[in-house]
Amino acid sequence: MKPVNQKAWFLVLPVLVLVAISAVIPLMMVVNFSVQEKASNGQFFWMGTKWYETVLHDEKFWGALFRSLSFSAIILAIQIPLGIFIALNMPRKGWGVPASLILMSLPLLIPWYVVGMIWQMFGRVDIGLLGVMLKDFGYNYVGDPVDAWGTLILMDVWHWTSLVALLSYAGLVSIPDAYYQAARIDGASKWAVFRYIQLPKLGRVLTIAVLLRFMDSLMIFAEPFRVTGGDPAFLSIELEQKSEELGWASAMSIIFFLIILAISWVFYAVMTREDADVAKPESAS
Amino acid sequence: MSRGKLSWLVPVIYILFLLTPIYWLVSMSFKTNAEITGGFTLFPEAFTLDNYAKVFGDPKWRGVFFNSIFYVLLNTIISIAVALPAAYAFSRYKFFGDKHLFFWLLTNRMAPAAVFALPFFQLYYKVGLFDTHIAVALAHCLFNVPLAVWILEGFMSGVPREIDETAYVDGHSFPSFFTRIFMPLIASGIGVAAFFCFMFSWVEYLIADTLTRSAATPITSKMRAVFEQQGGTDWGVLAAAGTLTIIPGAIVIWFVRNYIAKGFALGRV
Amino acid sequence: MARIDLDRIRHAYGPNPKSEADFALRLVNQAFDDGGAYALLGPSGCGKTSLLNIISGLVTPSQGRVRFNGDDVTNLPTEKRNIAQVFQFPVIYDSMTVRENLAFPLRNRGVKQAEANQRVDEVLGMIGLSGIAGRKARGLTADVKQKISLGRGLVRSDVNAILFDEPLTVIDPQMKWQLRAQLRELHKRFGYTMVYVTHDQTEALTFASKVVVMYEGEIVQIGAPEELFERPSHTFVGYFIGSPGMNVIPTTLDGASMRLGAYSAPLPVAPRLRGKPKLEMGVRPEYVRIGAQGIPATITRVEDAGRFRIVRAMVQGHSITAISPEGDELSADPHITFDPKGVHLYADSWRVDLTVEAAS
Repeated sequence: MKPVNQKAWFLVLPVLVLVAISAVIPLMMVVNFSVQEKASNGQFFWMGTKWYETVLHDEKFWGALFRSLSFSAIILAIQIPLGIFIALNMPRKGWGVPASLILMSLPLLIPWYVVGMIWQMFGRVDIGLLGVMLKDFGYNYVGDPVDAWGTLILMDVWHWTSLVALLSYAGLVSIPDAYYQAARIDGASKWAVFRYIQLPKLGRVLTIAVLLRFMDSLMIFAEPFRVTGGDPAFLSIELEQKSEELGWASAMSIIFFLIILAISWVFYAVMTREDADVAKPESAS
Repeated sequence: MSRGKLSWLVPVIYILFLLTPIYWLVSMSFKTNAEITGGFTLFPEAFTLDNYAKVFGDPKWRGVFFNSIFYVLLNTIISIAVALPAAYAFSRYKFFGDKHLFFWLLTNRMAPAAVFALPFFQLYYKVGLFDTHIAVALAHCLFNVPLAVWILEGFMSGVPREIDETAYVDGHSFPSFFTRIFMPLIASGIGVAAFFCFMFSWVEYLIADTLTRSAATPITSKMRAVFEQQGGTDWGVLAAAGTLTIIPGAIVIWFVRNYIAKGFALGRV
Repeated sequence: MARIDLDRIRHAYGPNPKSEADFALRLVNQAFDDGGAYALLGPSGCGKTSLLNIISGLVTPSQGRVRFNGDDVTNLPTEKRNIAQVFQFPVIYDSMTVRENLAFPLRNRGVKQAEANQRVDEVLGMIGLSGIAGRKARGLTADVKQKISLGRGLVRSDVNAILFDEPLTVIDPQMKWQLRAQLRELHKRFGYTMVYVTHDQTEALTFASKVVVMYEGEIVQIGAPEELFERPSHTFVGYFIGSPGMNVIPTTLDGASMRLGAYSAPLPVAPRLRGKPKLEMGVRPEYVRIGAQGIPATITRVEDAGRFRIVRAMVQGHSITAISPEGDELSADPHITFDPKGVHLYADSWRVDLTVEAAS
């Protein structure tokens, strides 16, 4: 059991200071701006919740939020099963292991701006491989919003599926052989093996993956801005474009942040509750 | 565990899918702008190294590459240095508020960069650190430190406490024990954490761009400038610069490939 | 339950074995009786787990055949051999309840719900888990989980054999003997053929009626625990069994006696040996006497083990361990003799049978 030692706070102090400065102060600043308005003489004065009300009543805000959530839902629906499927089929032994791990990690290591740029070039109907191939089908992400969405989704899948696959792979390789052997002895079908042995082990890993991907997909700023130059209006882009109106932007930031905080709390609660289950073993009477 | 004989096809097809846009970028980097915009060629016909020559020859390009690498390294060092004692505390001790602190730390990892961009800008401007490498390095700590603490705590918990106690019995002071005995034991954990710090800081765009103007700007800022310049986009140079941004990542992952494999096996996830 | 025959089994894990050293199992030719309780005992790497896996079908041997009740099952996959295996750590399905865990093998084979439930209840009673049938398997202690693993094996009524691969490894010491006792109980009541792999001699000697000692890919001795103790067929058996193990000292032959320097140990009959084997004398510490007569010895260490003392001594350059009952005086000028009952001759590590019938 871990001993209690309040002096451990000294060890944690550097982290606390660093993160607090990076997080708390800016956050307070944003909250500050969100309840003030700049008058023409440069002075700030108290506005109360006016900005929040404005944002929450703004149709465009809800539209952008809805679009962001739909985008998240779509890519999660693609990336999670796809990532798991790839992980299930990745080699476990031999040279294929480091080769596939390295190659699959590549998209994750490219600066986000460059990812957007790659896909912008890739999808252009004049100079891009994808664009040229699909040109005859009427594909053009510049003018057509459906094509734009499709390209963004494809880009995100290309960029991030590897994260899900690698996390799932880590979960899968930690399953000892004995489980598979016992399943053979029990006469279990491949589906039963997946459902009762692999999926439960993946559960914890997937929660992390879903959380990370959900957060990131709500706030991808660089990539869609690059690919389509600001269209369709995603939530993050609204923020950028309205930054002159500090109060409005700040209120929206806070609302945005609270949504994310609420969702992470839910995920975290689910994750730690599962851990608590395992930590307290009971013996049979 | 039985898998189909063709299961290797799945990762192969997926990897081909991943490599195709990258191939396109690389092939563009070896073409002249004339060839790129002229007709459509699958493979560079007039193979040229001009684009790379332009990038390597231009001190501004070299400068931004240096900037990126510099603040990323700074960030990795600071994040790990700060995270090590904290992770040790979380791993070995119970103290007032420890669970809540840990959770709060993790939530910062989820913080949306867009929300913090503007306040960061104002904050670092006020303290006179605007447009410096250290500013970007510190700003990225918001995201990397929680991650590093999380990863390191996991690896540290795998080292039995008896080792600590034996070291104290043998007469080590805490710093001596930590640097000479403990750190070598969690070397792969440090490797994994450093890798993730490097990775995140290297790829992040918004904050790095916001906090810099000319002295410490990352590569991606310059790329955007070139992209949006009037008078035609210099596709070749952009492709070359883009390709060069992939290389550090590839090198780093090549070096840590064994640590990653070991990290997986230890089942931290 | 079935009789298991291992017919000239040899196994190498690599693709092209070149020498004996490449073989994990050198030669195993052995029958396990129907209803017997066997322990496969040996150090790490001796091949016992490989042998177990060959019986269960998880490994197909490079050479030789495996037979259940006379039927050749060598190429039959594990799921068709009707065996149950309990692994080193509990293998259970976390997301199911105890009852569902036990029912799993039956449901996979299409057994109807009602029949399955009946059988599961029976087995729950056998292993004493009826009280927690409805509990989720996840949060239970290691020993309960192992019992569930065992139960999953017992639930199929046509099971040929139950195989155990060091099943008590993760169990707390105080639960170990309880589980062992329960396994013995199960065996007595139901007569399963059980094969139990372990490197712990206490486990082997208390669980099995017949212990199979393995060393470097071969079976070196099979017998009841007492046999292995009194008449070890191989120097390894002598060393491995008993604590402390048997003393093994190089010796020379002089007609019908073994010589240790000036000392002569008489043998019942003069052994006839082929060639020039390495000769060793084996005698357990329990049969080494310290007194005034015999070979001069220097005592190097005495360890108090409660009811007796372990005496380590040097005799003519060899170290010998003796067991001395408590209360016995150790003289200042100690001498060592050997009780002839406990003295054995080993040629090339194998025991030479010196009964009068064997010699004639």
